[in-house]
Amino acid sequence: MTLLPVPLGNYILLSGILFSLGVIGVLTARNAIIILMSVELMLNAANLLLVVFARVHGDIGGQVMVFFVLTVAAAEAAVGLAILVAVFRRKGSVDVDRLNMLKG
Amino acid sequence: MLPLLWTIPLWPLLGFLLNGFFGRRWGKKTSGLIGCATILVSFLMSVGALASLLSLPERRYLVAPFDWIVVGNFHVPFGFMLDPLSAVMILVVSGVGFLIHVYSVGYMSHDPDQPRYFSFLNLFVFFMLVLVLADNFLVMYIGWEGVGLCSYLLIGFWFRRPSAARAGMKAFIVNRIGDLGFSLAIFLIFWNFGTLSFIEVFERAPAVAAVSGGLITAIGLLLFMGATGKSAQIPLYVWLPDAMEGPTPVSALIHAATMVTAGVYMVARCSTLFALAPVTLAVVAIIGAATALFAASMALVQNDIKKVLAYSTISQLGYMFLALGVGAFAAGIFHLMTHAFFKALLFLGAGSVIHALSDEQDLRKMGGLKTAMPITYWTFLIAALAIAGVPPLAGFVSKDEILWQSFSSPIGHWLLWLVGTITAALTAFYMFRLVFLAFHGQSRYPSTVHPHESPGSMAKPLIALGVLSVIGGWIGWPKVLGGGSWFEHFLAPVFEGAEARLPAREATHSLGLEYGLIAVSIAVGLLGIGWAYQWYVKSPERPEHLRTRFAGLYNLLLNKYWVDEIYDAIIVRPLVGSARFLYRRFDLAVVDGTANGIAKLAQTLAATGVRTSTGRFRLGAVTFAFGCVVALGWVVYTFLRVSG
Repeated sequence: MTLLPVPLGNYILLSGILFSLGVIGVLTARNAIIILMSVELMLNAANLLLVVFARVHGDIGGQVMVFFVLTVAAAEAAVGLAILVAVFRRKGSVDVDRLNMLKG
Repeated sequence: MLPLLWTIPLWPLLGFLLNGFFGRRWGKKTSGLIGCATILVSFLMSVGALASLLSLPERRYLVAPFDWIVVGNFHVPFGFMLDPLSAVMILVVSGVGFLIHVYSVGYMSHDPDQPRYFSFLNLFVFFMLVLVLADNFLVMYIGWEGVGLCSYLLIGFWFRRPSAARAGMKAFIVNRIGDLGFSLAIFLIFWNFGTLSFIEVFERAPAVAAVSGGLITAIGLLLFMGATGKSAQIPLYVWLPDAMEGPTPVSALIHAATMVTAGVYMVARCSTLFALAPVTLAVVAIIGAATALFAASMALVQNDIKKVLAYSTISQLGYMFLALGVGAFAAGIFHLMTHAFFKALLFLGAGSVIHALSDEQDLRKMGGLKTAMPITYWTFLIAALAIAGVPPLAGFVSKDEILWQSFSSPIGHWLLWLVGTITAALTAFYMFRLVFLAFHGQSRYPSTVHPHESPGSMAKPLIALGVLSVIGGWIGWPKVLGGGSWFEHFLAPVFEGAEARLPAREATHSLGLEYGLIAVSIAVGLLGIGWAYQWYVKSPERPEHLRTRFAGLYNLLLNKYWVDEIYDAIIVRPLVGSARFLYRRFDLAVVDGTANGIAKLAQTLAATGVRTSTGRFRLGAVTFAFGCVVALGWVVYTFLRVSG
C-alpha cells in the first residue's frame, strides 16, 4: 500500500470516471472521430487500472498487458481512421446518424 | 478374322464420334464419306466373318473383348457371338445399311444438318450390330435400347416440325411399353437361371421347363411383348405409320429393313425358349397372322405413299412372326432378309419420287412418272413384283415358304395359311395400286414441277437393291422346285435346340399338295396385281364408285379403324387426365404447399426480427452498453451473494 502516493480508491474512482466519460462520449457523440477518441479514453481508463494493480501486486504482467493494449489501440486507430476516410469519401461526412445502410 | 469380330460394330461408332464432333467443321462431303466408309468397312468385315464361319465345324464363335459386370457369381462379359443367325443379320444390317447410307448422300444433300444425320445413322448401325452380335441378354438389351434411341432421334430429325417431334415421342413411348416386357423377361431369366448368356440359358431351359413350365411361358410372352413393340405388331404397331415423319432413307433402314426386324430376330434367337412353351408359339403365330391381315387392309386405301409402305411393313413383319409361330424359324429369318432387300428398295424408290416431286407424298398428286424416272420406275416395279410374290423374285421364295410352313407344320393350321394367302392377295393389290397411281396414267402434279431422275448416288443403291430383290431369294430356293434350301441348312444349327422340342414333322403331305399351294400363292399374287390393274388402269372410275358405295368401310380403313383415337380415349387421355389431377391436387397443393409454407414461415419470422435492425448506430451502441451494464450487474450481484 505504501508504494502508492495516492490511496487506491482514488485511482479506481478516477479510472471509473474516465471510463464513464468514454462511454458517454461513444453514446452521445455524432461525429465518428469523437467516438474513436472516446474509445481511446475507455482503453486508457483500463490501462490506468492495469498499471495500478501491477504496482499493488508487484506483478509486471499488468504493465506488459498495457503495452499490448497500446499496440492494439494504435492499430485500431489506424484502421478506424482509414474506415472513416473511406466513409467520408462516400458520404461526405462522418456523422454516424447518417450511416444507416444496415437498416433491415 | 474372327478374333476381330468385336471390331465390326466399332467402325460405325467411330463414324458417329467423328461426324458428331467434327462433322460440322469438316463439311457435308466429308461427313457423307465418313458415314459410308465406316459402314462399308463393317460390311467387308462381315463378309470376311461369314467366310471364316463357314470353315468352322461348330458354326459358332464367341469373343468377349472385356468383362462388363462382375459381381459375386454374376458375370456378364461384353460378349459377341457369331453364328449363322447373327452372320445373316450383320450382313443384312451392314449391307443394306451401306446402300442406304450411299443413297442418303444424295437424298440429304440439300439439308444443312447432314453431319448430324450421318452421325445418328452411324450410331444406329452400331447399336443394331451390337444387338445382333450380342451373346447375352444384357448386351442385346443395350443394342435394343440404343436402336430405339436412334429411331427416336431420326424420326424427329426435322424436329422443328411439330408433327415430327410428336411422332418421335410416340415411337419412343410405345416402344417403352414393349421394352417393359423385355426387361421383365430378362429379370425373370436372371432370377431363375442365374445367368444371362444365351448359350447357358438355352442349355438349362429344358431342365427349368420340366420344373415349372409356366415360368418359361411367362418369359416367352414377356419377350414377345418386347418384340411386338419393336417390330410393330398388334397392339403396339401404332407408332410405325407415324414414324414416316423421318427422312425417307431412315424409314428404309430403320423402319423397314433392320430395326423393326429386331423383334423377329429376338424371337428367333430365343427359339429354344419359345419351343418349350407351345402357348407362346401359338400366340406369336396368331398375333403375326392377325397383324399381317389387319395392316394389309389399312394399306389398301392410304393416300400417302410412305404410309402405304409403312402398313405394308407391319403386315410383312406379321408374316415373319407367323413363320416363327409355326416353328419355321429359318423361313421367318429368310423372309426378314428378302424383305429387307425389297422393302428398303420400295422406300428408297418412294424417296426418289418424293425427292423428284419436291417433297410431295400424296399419291393423288403423282402419276405418269414412268417416263421421267425410268430407273426408279423399273427398280420399284421389281420390288413390287417381289413383295407380291411373283416368281422367281426374292419375295416369292420366302413368302411361299412361310405359307407352306403355316399349312404343313405340325403346329400350323389351315386358317393361318388362309389368312396369309388373303394377305398375299391384298399385298399384291395395294402395292400395284401404288405403282399404277404413282408411275402410270396421267400426271396429276402441278405443271410447275418437273420430275427428274435422281442423281447417281441415289440411283445406284436402287439398282443394287433391285438386283438383290431378284436374286436374294435364290439361296433359299425350295427343294420341290429343284433348289437346295441352302439358307435353311445354313441356319439349321441355330434352331437345332428348338426343332428338337417341336413335334416331329411328318412327311404325310404329298408333293402334289405342295405344288398346289405354290400355284395358289402365285395365283393370288397375280390376282392382286390384275385386280389393281383393273381398278387403277383400265377403269379408274371404279374405285371412286366403290368409295361412295361402301363409304363406311372406306372410312373405317382410311381412318385406320380409329385405333389411334381409341388408344387416345382409353389410355392416353385417362393417363394425362390423372397426371393433371395429381399435378394440381397433389403436386401443387401438397408438395409445393409444404415447401412454400416453410418458406413463408421463415419469411414471417424474419419480417418480425428485421425490425430490430434499425441501422441507427447510436441506438445500437446504447443497447450494447445497456447490455454490458446488465451483464456486469449480474456478475457483481452473484459475486456478492456467493461471498456475502
